[in-house]
Amino acid sequence: MSTAPSPEPRWPGLWSNNPALVQLLGLCPLLGVSSNLVNALGLGLASLLVLMGSNLLISLCRQAIPASIRLPIFVMIIAALTTCVELLMQAWAYDLYRVLGIFLPLIVTNCIILGRAESFASRNRPIASMLDGLVMGLGFMAVLLVLGGLREMIGEGTLMADMDFLLGPVAREWTITLVSDYRPFLFVVLPPGAFVCMGLLIAAKNAIDAHYRLRQSDADDFTQPRATHTSLEQQPGRVPVRQL
Amino acid sequence: MMPLEHRSSPHSTTSNKTDRMMLLVLIALLPALCVRTFCFGWGTPITLLWCSLIALGSEAVLLALRRRAPLFYLRDKSALVTAWLLALSLPPDLPWWCSLIGTSFAMVFGKHIYGGLGQNPFNPAMLGYVLLLISFPLPMSSWSPADGTGHPWLTFSDSLQLIFLGKPIDGWTMATPLDLLRNNNTLTMPELWSTHRQLSGLVGPGWLPVNLACLAGGLWLLKKKVIQWQAPVGMLAGLAIMSLIFWNGSGSASRGSPLFHWFSGGTMLCAFFIVTDPVSGTSTRRGQLLFGLGAGLLTYTIRAFGGYPDALAFATLLMNMSAPAMDYWIRPRTLGHGPHLKERR
Repeated sequence: MSTAPSPEPRWPGLWSNNPALVQLLGLCPLLGVSSNLVNALGLGLASLLVLMGSNLLISLCRQAIPASIRLPIFVMIIAALTTCVELLMQAWAYDLYRVLGIFLPLIVTNCIILGRAESFASRNRPIASMLDGLVMGLGFMAVLLVLGGLREMIGEGTLMADMDFLLGPVAREWTITLVSDYRPFLFVVLPPGAFVCMGLLIAAKNAIDAHYRLRQSDADDFTQPRATHTSLEQQPGRVPVRQL
Repeated sequence: MMPLEHRSSPHSTTSNKTDRMMLLVLIALLPALCVRTFCFGWGTPITLLWCSLIALGSEAVLLALRRRAPLFYLRDKSALVTAWLLALSLPPDLPWWCSLIGTSFAMVFGKHIYGGLGQNPFNPAMLGYVLLLISFPLPMSSWSPADGTGHPWLTFSDSLQLIFLGKPIDGWTMATPLDLLRNNNTLTMPELWSTHRQLSGLVGPGWLPVNLACLAGGLWLLKKKVIQWQAPVGMLAGLAIMSLIFWNGSGSASRGSPLFHWFSGGTMLCAFFIVTDPVSGTSTRRGQLLFGLGAGLLTYTIRAFGGYPDALAFATLLMNMSAPAMDYWIRPRTLGHGPHLKERR
């Protein structure tokens, strides 16, 4: 495993290489818990912590991990960190812990975390890896928050309900009721509505990109290559298997 | 040298253009509309007009957004057909915002997001119906009582107020015959029939005439060759087979006779106007028979063992999902090819 410093800018994680909107990773927790803002924030924070911690730890041990069994080791590290976060949440935000339920332990299986470990943390220095985890986690959390807010507004007609689950009694009065006497729009609260809202978010992102690309290509004839999970992170010494 | 022209199916020889077919479907729905108005009150035509307005409006907006010529595409009346099918499936006095959400969802997410007319994998009207059923179960299962159940007749202004002002009227809704039968565990069939005014004769007031009107319209469409017999026959057969298996005569565990299921709920509307949809259905005759059969089996299963007022929309959507697989497995034999030729080789 090489120790070359990260050759590409880190910030694409927020927009052009967003883990949720572009790489479409971690969809299960994304769609499963984004029914309101507080769940989204809770899971987003938990994923962010695990992602940063696992990137840091894996980057620190990257010299000692044999390449042939690296994936089991990554998963063990991620699982240990997830258990820590779960226990922390159980201690300080028990209501939220109960609401999130199975999705907290399922952070272990979140592809974003294993993906970053494999494609970034195992090849880069600790600080860079942690920053990468931060940016990717923030990108994931941003999508979670937008989706959660959107679904809570359309589905329940409120915003920031039950915020005290996460932030303590201070947040008890924070609930914003957008429409009084609102009939819950159950479709949006249920999983199919999550898929539709997620599709709309991706469409909106692509529309914004297309708009700016059009503008840019008017200015100069430059067209950006499509950012994917691998193309941005081609490592030196790694030859693409299929060359057409 | 003559240019080789490749034409895909359907190899139609009649002059059935889209707008003429849609017009015929609308005409065939007229008897059902009239009978439903006569039996269930003014709510049906009001909802129908409201849905049509929304469908045409949203279709125009979407066509403009997609940079198509709105006037040209609006003339094919497909939006009207969607709106009418949806309106004839919805409870008559549904609040206006429910119909608004259902119809616009059908147009946006059922039709135009896939590329408009002819591209949708799901029946748009049924998609709108299912959205409403999942989202607003209470208004979607509140049926106005039919004429002949002894309830006061809702006047035109009553219906208008119910739909647009949400003004509640005491004791206005009644369980439908399907609801009664599904929730019944203790009463034998003669007892059930004698204790509920919604049940009389075969099905109950209102439902039999509406279904007969749909049947008549459907048979006329068959005669006009707008639809084929396979899908309706398959659907009715599937429903009959399942209800025969689970009939249990007049006992309290009975789930209703085949005739009861044929003429209750929206069975005939679904059999002749919805599973015959040429876009979201299958393209072969054998496939259509299978499509209808599956829809019938699923309808009975969900009606008898599910928790929803009627099962047609769910059954249709589930079959829509399996239509591509049917088209893949059931292929018409090309001339000169076939099993006997393969064996000889």
